[in-house]
Order: sequence, then C-alpha cells, then structure tokens
Amino acid sequence: MIAAFESRGGLAWPGLLLVALFALPWFKGGASVAMVEGLDGKVWLFPLVGIAAALAALALTARDWRAHPLAAALVGTGLVWLLLQGFGIGLRGPTLPGFGVLFPSAVEGQRGFGLGAWVAGIALIGALAEVLAARGFCRGERFAAFAVVGIVAALSLFVFFPILKLVSAAFIARDGTVSLVPFLTRITAPDLWSTGCLTGGRRCGVVINSMVLGVLAGVLATALGLALALLVARTDFRMKRLLRVLSILPIITPPFVVGVAIIVLFGRTGLITAEVAQAFGIRPTRWVYGLPGILMAQVLAFTPVAFLVILSALEAINPTLEEASTTLGARPVTTFRTVTWPLLRPALAAAFLLTFIESLADFGNPIVLGGSYDVLSTKIFFAVVGAQYDLGQAAALSVVLLSLTVAAFFLQQRWVGRASYVTVTGKSDAGLTAPVPPVVKWAAVAAVVPFVLFTFGVYLIVLIGGFVTDIGRMDLSPTARHLWTAFSFEITERGLQLFGSAWNSMITTLWVSALSAPLTMGIGILTAWLIARQDFAGKRAFEFGTLLSFAIPGTVVGVSYIAAFNVPPVDITGTLWILVICFVFRNMPVGMRAGIAALAQIDRSMEEASQTMGAGGGRVLRDVVLPLIKPAIFTALVYAFVTAMTAVSAVIFLVSARHNMATAYIMGRVENGEYALAIAYSTVLMLVMIACVALMNWAVGRRKLGRRSSMAAE
Amino acid sequence: MTGPAIEFRRVVKRYGSATAVGGIDLTIAKGELVTFLGPSGCGKTTSLRLIAGLELPSEGQVLIAGRDVSRDPASARNVGMVFQSYALFPHMSVLDNVAYGPVIRGQKRAEAQAKAREILDLVGLGGLHDRLPAELSGGQQQRVAVARAIVQQPDVILFDEPLSNVDAKLRRKVREEIRALQRRFGLTAVYVTHDQEEALAVSDRIVVMDKGRIAQIGTPADLYERPANPFIANFIGDANLISGQVAGGIFTAPGLSLPLAGPDGAATLSVRPERIALVPGGDGRVAGSSYLGSRREYEVETAAGEMLVSRPITEPAFGIGDAVSLNYDPAALIRVA
Repeated sequence: MIAAFESRGGLAWPGLLLVALFALPWFKGGASVAMVEGLDGKVWLFPLVGIAAALAALALTARDWRAHPLAAALVGTGLVWLLLQGFGIGLRGPTLPGFGVLFPSAVEGQRGFGLGAWVAGIALIGALAEVLAARGFCRGERFAAFAVVGIVAALSLFVFFPILKLVSAAFIARDGTVSLVPFLTRITAPDLWSTGCLTGGRRCGVVINSMVLGVLAGVLATALGLALALLVARTDFRMKRLLRVLSILPIITPPFVVGVAIIVLFGRTGLITAEVAQAFGIRPTRWVYGLPGILMAQVLAFTPVAFLVILSALEAINPTLEEASTTLGARPVTTFRTVTWPLLRPALAAAFLLTFIESLADFGNPIVLGGSYDVLSTKIFFAVVGAQYDLGQAAALSVVLLSLTVAAFFLQQRWVGRASYVTVTGKSDAGLTAPVPPVVKWAAVAAVVPFVLFTFGVYLIVLIGGFVTDIGRMDLSPTARHLWTAFSFEITERGLQLFGSAWNSMITTLWVSALSAPLTMGIGILTAWLIARQDFAGKRAFEFGTLLSFAIPGTVVGVSYIAAFNVPPVDITGTLWILVICFVFRNMPVGMRAGIAALAQIDRSMEEASQTMGAGGGRVLRDVVLPLIKPAIFTALVYAFVTAMTAVSAVIFLVSARHNMATAYIMGRVENGEYALAIAYSTVLMLVMIACVALMNWAVGRRKLGRRSSMAAE
Repeated sequence: MTGPAIEFRRVVKRYGSATAVGGIDLTIAKGELVTFLGPSGCGKTTSLRLIAGLELPSEGQVLIAGRDVSRDPASARNVGMVFQSYALFPHMSVLDNVAYGPVIRGQKRAEAQAKAREILDLVGLGGLHDRLPAELSGGQQQRVAVARAIVQQPDVILFDEPLSNVDAKLRRKVREEIRALQRRFGLTAVYVTHDQEEALAVSDRIVVMDKGRIAQIGTPADLYERPANPFIANFIGDANLISGQVAGGIFTAPGLSLPLAGPDGAATLSVRPERIALVPGGDGRVAGSSYLGSRREYEVETAAGEMLVSRPITEPAFGIGDAVSLNYDPAALIRVA
C-alpha cells in the first residue's frame, strides 16, 4: 500500500475524489451516488461535484497541480463544505440557520455519511497533504505529510469532536435552550460536592467520594508498588518471579471478576465473613459494599501500574551514585535515605498520579462493589443508562471527571518532566546496585505478604469459581454446567451450532479485538514516528493533542461517543465500527509510547541514510524503522488486543443487541447475581489472553540494562 | 555537463527564532572536494544537510547540477551521504546495505547486487558480503558506508565528520582512502569537519564558517598563509595576534617596530608561531615551555603581550625564566584587521 502511495501519489487523490462522488453511494443506507442525490433535491452536494471536477481537470492539465495556487483553494473549500453541509443539514432538516434559506429543499434533511462521503473525506485529506507537502510541510515528505494530516483529522473527529459535543451538552437545558444556567446548576449541585460524610452521618457528593477513593487507592497502590519494586530490584527475595507474574495478572483480568471474588469472600454471606462472624459472634453485614470493597479491588488492580513505574525508575538509577555514597562512608540506611529515596521521589509522584487517574476512571469495580457509594463514573453511567436519560447531567459530571483526570495528568507530566533524574546515559555505568537496608526490606516484606495472600485468595476463587456448583455457598462439587450454559454447541448435519448464551458476545469481542489491535498499533507507531522523527508546523500542538487522549476516562469517551455519533453526519452508533474506533483511539497512546521509547534508542541517521538513497517516508518506515522497533510493535499489538478484550468503561455505552461485547455480557450476569457464569466466562477470556501475554513475554523478554546483579555476585 | 555542481543562492535556514545559516552564497565546481569547517554551532552541518535535502532552506535556493532542488526532499535528489555514525542498517547484510539505493531507485535486485559487489571490491571488502554491520571492524564499517554512498554515482557525495568514529591512528589512512576514491571517480564532494588539520589535508577548498556565515573561502594554503581576519587566523592553526598602529609603512606596538606596507591607522597583525625565531638575551621572558616531540613550544612574555613560539627540536632549548628576544620574519606578517 505504501509503495502504491509513493508511486502514483499525486494523481491518486483527485481520482479517488471522483470515484467517491460518481461511483459510491453517498448516504448511509442509500444506493445513489452524490450526483444523483444532488439531482434528487440535495443540491448542496453540487459544489462538491464541481470541486472534484475542477481538481481533476487541474491535475490533468497543470504540470504539478500540487504546487498550483488554485489547488489549495479547491481542496480547502472542498473539505470545509463537506463538513459544513454534513453538520449543517441533519436528519430532520437544517441545523444551522443559513442552510434553510440557501437550500429550501434542505427541510427534507439528509442521512449520515455513507461510503461515498467517507471516501471523499479521505481523498480531500490526502489532497490537502499533497498540497501542504508541495509547500515544504514535513520537509516535503509526502507520506509524512499525509500521516500528519490524516492522524490530526482522525483525532479531531474521534477524540476532540465527541468531547466538545459532550461538553456543549452540559449547557443545554432539558427544554433545549442553551445557556450557562443549566451548566452552573448541574455542576454545583449538592449531590456532587456535599461533604456530609466528613462532618456528619450523611452521604458525600460523588466528586468527594471519587476524590477520597482516588487518593486512598493512589497512596496504597504506590506504597505497595514501591515495596514490590524494592523486593524485586534490590533484594534476594526468593519469590521474585512470582511477583512479576502477579503483576501481570490484573492486566489480563476482565473487570467484575475481582469484584465478584471479593463479594464471594467478604459479602454478607461471604466465605470469610461467615468464618469471622462465627468465630467472634458478630452479625454479618454488607460492610464490603462501598468504599472498602472498591478500594480493595482497585489496589489489587492498580498496584502493578505503580510497581512498573517505580521499578523502571529504580533500575534506571545509576549505581555509581550509590557507590559514591558508600565510598564516602555512608551506612546502607543513610545511602538509601539520602541518595536512593530522593532519586525515586519523582517516580513515586508519577505512580501516585497515574493510579489516582486510573481510580477515577475505573467503572467496573464501583459498579459491582459500590453499593450506595456513588462515584463519578457510575453516576455518569446511570445518568445515561438509568431510568431517566439525562445527557446534560452526564455531560456535566463528565466535565468534572475530565477536569480532575486531565489536571492530575498534567501534574504528572510536569513532575516527571521537571524533576526526573535521568541517570541512564550513553556512558558506561557499570557498578553494583546497593541492596536495600534490612529495615526497609522487612517493611516491604510485611506490606507485600498480605497483598500476595489476598491476590491468591481472589484468584483462587476466580480459578475454581466457574467450575464448581456454587462457590458462594462453598458447594465445591465440580461441574461444567456454567461453562455449558455459556458455550454449549452441537455438531449436527447442518454443521456447527452454537447454542451457548455467550457465543454471540465472545465472537464479537474476538472480531473487535482482532480488528482494532492492528489498527491501534499502526496508528500508535505511526504517531510515535511522526513525533520522534518529523518536523512540521504545529508539531507541539499535535503532541499535546495525542497526549491529552491519555487522560480521558473511558466512561467519558463512551458518553461522548453517544452524544456525537448517534446523529448524522457520523451516525455509527450500534455498529461494530464504533467499538473498533473507540478502542483504536483509546489505546493508541500506549502504542505511541512504546514506539517513542523504541525510536529513542535508534540513531535517526539510519533513516536519513535511507532517504538520501532515494527512499520516501513510507519506504523509510518499512525498510528501516519497522524492522528495528519490532519489539515495540509486538508489545503494542498484544496490549491493544488484550485491552480490547477486557475494557468495559467505554464499551458499556456502545454495545448493542447485535454487537454485544464479552465484558458487557459479564456485567449483565453479575447484575443478575449469576456469579458462577460470570466467573466461568471470565476464565475463558483469560485463557485466550494468557496465550497472548505468554507470546509477548517470550518475544520481548525482560528489559535488561546490562548490569551485573549484586545478588548474584554475593 | 558544465557549470557548478552545487550552488547556494542567499540560503537562509532558521529554526524558530534561531538562525542556523544566515544567507550563504557559494558555488562548488564539479570534481572538487570542498570542506565546511568551523566551530560547533557554526552552521556547517546544517549547510551539508541543506545539500542532502534533510533540511529545506527557509529562504534562498540550493541548486544541484544546475537544477533548483530547494523544495525537493532528500529522496528526490541524487546525493550520497556518509554519516558520522555510518548509519549502516544493522538488520541488513553488507551487500544489502550497498544494494539498497539501487533497489530503491528501481533496479532489479540482481543488477543492484552486481553493482554493489563491484563497488565493495573497489573499497577492498570483497569477501564480506554476507556479514552484518555489527560483525565488521570500525574501519570496515566506514568503507561500507562510503561504498553505499557512491554506488549510485551521485551528483555529490557528502561526508558528515566521517573520521570522528575512527581510531586516531587510522584517521590519516582512511582520510587518504576517501580522497583517492573521490579523485578516482571524479566525484564532487562536500566534507564537514571541525578538525582544521583534517580539513587542510583533505580539501581542494575550505569554507570556514562562523555563526551561520562564511568567514572565508580559499585553498588550504590561502587560509593558512593569508587569513582574512583574526577569527580565521586563530581558527586555522595557531596565531599570535598583535594590535598596534601603522604609520608611514611602519607597524608599531609596545616594544615592537616592524616594516609593513599598507594604509595608515590601527592594525592587527597575525604571526604564526613557527615564523618567530628566538635569540638569547633581550626583554622577553620565557614563561612556559612544552615538549612536543618534533618541536618545542614556548610562551614568551613581551611588551606587546604573550607570544606563542614554536621551534624545531634541533635548536637549543630555553628554560623557564630565560631572557630572550624575538625575531619576526617580515614575510610572515599578515595584516588581518
């Protein structure tokens, strides 16, 4: 594809535009091309037809149409008009006032973009990139210019437009009027900000609840992450491998399943609750529902994030610094306190803020374990899905949630940016890392042991829960009943028949994951390459935009997609594509990060060498960059696949009867109290994913900095 | 083809508000080896990258073989480049590295490889076709890089500090190999270095750059013997700069009076350290001395300031504190300001 792009290049886009207007059905669900639709009364399509014809004529006659001054005007006008008419005339007539006057026939309205309109948009974007490249954008590299313009367009449409649409919904009152009043009313409501629980017995507002939960989860996860990281990196603790495996588990654990396990253990009729109640003669309560339960589940889930952040910082500390301290006569405790600890502080801050963001964005655990403890993400969900559909309320809550996560995200970026003590340099930094002092080590062990036991308990429930009659009542007789309910099938003369209730969602999930993973990886790596290697006007804003999409919670994405994509011109709600697109743009930053990190290790003069030998941007990417960053590509691919299988917060809004996802199905089972079925299904999901992660571990291996291990040397 | 191989017309390159190259005019003849020389940050590497197409000029034009390429990306130009780090593709064999360019430019794989073999034989790497770059020595990698750059008979071959990763002992040899290849193929070459000795040894002409502008262009002998200004005098080799006055054909500075033709007024003279002789006795005092093997260098305090003097080892040595007088060779006095 890249090669075709390079060779035919310039003429392809005007040609594609003609195809879009004269050969493809213009509207969604329609059959007629733009020309015919125009004759049928949709006269606002004629300007596009005219522009396409003019551009084609220019491309055929001018020596180089891309440099022609008229080309810029045609392409620009074409894009603007495509969007204006699309957004200006909705399903039931004009939505922008001018259109009704200009085109009386617009009262009949128009449907959303179909294949023709989409292809026309892509062709115009391609042509715009050509025009810009001819004017020196991206050093004249056409492929890079196309990538930049294309990604900016995609991010605008699938990240920023929905968010803007959602934010604007917060300003619209129930009767449809637009003003500041509904926004201010919604955003200052007492059920957001009430601090009743701190002062008296009453309940707190959701914002306060979310913040309390976020801070507690952040602190606990960071502390545990630090303890784990110290044990793994700096001691001869025997269970290191085990800890590493343990840290991967939450990544592949579907949501709800931890929540369910906690209910099975600590619920009112829970195993541990019952034991304790009997032993001490206390009446069992529903204490675990609410803050304690959510906190338990979140700490279990987010500690690995903190662990990985802190571990990489710990491994990046130049051992010579600690050696210097030791040679100056410092005891181990002093070295730890005066050298190691200050060097770790930025990583601790980063770990805290990241887990804080994750906690705020988390939806799966609060929905299962929250009880009456409302947090922002669940409140948003119920505002849209609950008894009364109230998009304005959901929007206002989303604005608050988004502000919190974005603020935390930028704080984290600044902190890491300003105070990171990068001690990995190109120079040799051979030396032995200092083992932690015994006091610190035993404190870490004391913190980690309960965590490990708890994790074991939870995963033991998960492991056996799906395959015994009733885990909740300790009826441990083995059965395949739950599995069969979900995945029963028959082989008849008409072939394989799938009866199980879960097949539909399982197949959709596999499709969506398999479709979105390569796209996610591709866009992520391409973006990384643009940021790391290309210079173009507006690069800083581009970087800022891609970074920002890190910080948008899944719940907010889900609501924003509902707000933006259930009306023309982009009405894709209820399709498989909305799920795929949602995953691509949510997970793309991870591929991007992996790509940027990998590219930082590669001397860019190799790419320049390829260029001077005649390779265009796409060829450079294929011949030189991609082969050298294979591990990052693989990581991004597997991550994208796994996340698409376990994500819930955004998809819960986007699934439909026809395209249901595994996680949404599991949530339904949990709500019905069918815990065993939920667990059985989760186990199957995990088995699929474990295969992937095993592949990833095998292919990528552990990060090595080429240092001798002090433990091995002892 | 007649006319210059490369031409810069009022070329400016800015990065944001910083100006890396500030309006350069330059022509390079076919078959010439021209070196861009200057301290770091002078714009020499940027100028080289402007020829390669790895940067596009903010203003002005770059012409290669008479064609304006100012808006052409690197891939659309016919240049070969040898990078400081060699930039060999680590995942391709030596043969594939060298055949890469011809393949990209549309040749059949077999043809491209035949051509690559030919060039590899020429640079003396005949037996190493299947090795990966990591399996070669530094010197061998360098030759692969050169072979890769010349295989397509480029309009110009560009060297970006090609010797900085070569062992000090090998530098002279590699430098001579590069020069021999360039002469043999009649290649136009542009060479960037910050090492003035390397520049003097390898170049037909040297372009000395300072703060994004050309300070002086000339043959190595021009620059060394007739520096145009104090910056050049100081940058190319060592120089003693003496400030004084010229009146009626006589240059005077404290404790110093020398014949010098030219207009009256304030003047700065440049004198090379090896063009000053030392005689025992006088009002100069030896303040320091270094033994350099083939020569001895003295720092001598005089009324006109501290002078650097370099004498062959065959002459009798002076000790620190000795009183000496300085004899200036009148033919070696260059007025630089």
